[in-house]
Amino acid sequence: MAGPMKMRATLAGGNTDVRVLMTHPMATAQQTKGAPYFIQNITVKVNGKPVIEGEISQAVSRNPVFSFRLKGGAKGDKIEVSWLDNKGETNKTETAVA
Amino acid sequence: MRAITCGAVLAFAVAPAFAQSQFEKYQKMTAEGSPVELFELVGEDLWKKPQGPNNVSLEKCDLGKGPGVLKGAHAALPRYFKDVDQVMDTESRLLHCMMTLQGRSREEALKRPFGNADKPSEMEYLSAYVAGHSRGFKLSPGSAHPKEKESFELGKKLFYVRTGLWDFSCASCHGEEGKRIRMSELPVLSEPKATGPLIATWPAYRVSNSTFKTMQWRINNCFRQMRTPEPVFGSETVNAVNMFLTTTAKGATYRGPGTKR
Repeated sequence: MAGPMKMRATLAGGNTDVRVLMTHPMATAQQTKGAPYFIQNITVKVNGKPVIEGEISQAVSRNPVFSFRLKGGAKGDKIEVSWLDNKGETNKTETAVA
Repeated sequence: MRAITCGAVLAFAVAPAFAQSQFEKYQKMTAEGSPVELFELVGEDLWKKPQGPNNVSLEKCDLGKGPGVLKGAHAALPRYFKDVDQVMDTESRLLHCMMTLQGRSREEALKRPFGNADKPSEMEYLSAYVAGHSRGFKLSPGSAHPKEKESFELGKKLFYVRTGLWDFSCASCHGEEGKRIRMSELPVLSEPKATGPLIATWPAYRVSNSTFKTMQWRINNCFRQMRTPEPVFGSETVNAVNMFLTTTAKGATYRGPGTKR
């Protein structure tokens, strides 16, 4: 079971600042003797529309934190962040812009 | 030659201050991206999860402010509890609740008090959750009851008593200004100025361990580094050391589970 995620999205000076925490071991190939286990893809959606599609590597730390600054936005916009790891597991979280 | 020597001396004099400012920068950065909240979330689930032979949750656990009251409870611990006639800190009290409310044996509840990055322990999650409810509360450990005074005095004694293979006391490292281990400045734990900000941010996520660590772990690990047998979980010894430290830090505002190097 994937551990919890936590997200905050706030309006600041005409931009939306998103900060999201993820639970993941993010184990490198070296740590696991060749069987790395890490988040591969991150998708950020605003009101259902993808705005960021990112690829990350095993170089990212355990339990990573990401922040994004999105142009524009309004109170109540629905932000969804999801991840997919290299073993096919996924998790997502949703919040409204405050 | 003289000029070079002067330059070298100056560089050495400046280095610790520079290192300290860089270290503070690093601390700030890690605190901004701290996964502490993730531990609080799992802790909440565990707090509400029915467990043990009695199949009940910890929601009725009395942490000193009444059954189930979490707000400000951690900041007011350690304190004296009448029902057990002894001083307890947050983790000792949580253990007590696991045994009395949930009907678990001490052995079972303490099978794994300290976890690791791959599998944090139940106690670590719970301590994150409980401590998170004391953000903004002033540290105010019990100080009126004779047993509380006794615990403080014992803790103070333990802080200065030299023991173990290396004849170390807590004060050997934490007793005077200007000591460091690698990049970390060692705080003088008998001084409120240094102890306040520390107790205000324990328990904490530790970046070098990639996991959450409790105050009990912190104290045990100091004893381990002193090459002294580690005290028993929830024992009078640990509660007393914690009482001494928290009383020294009294009045500082608890900032919630922190992030350490």
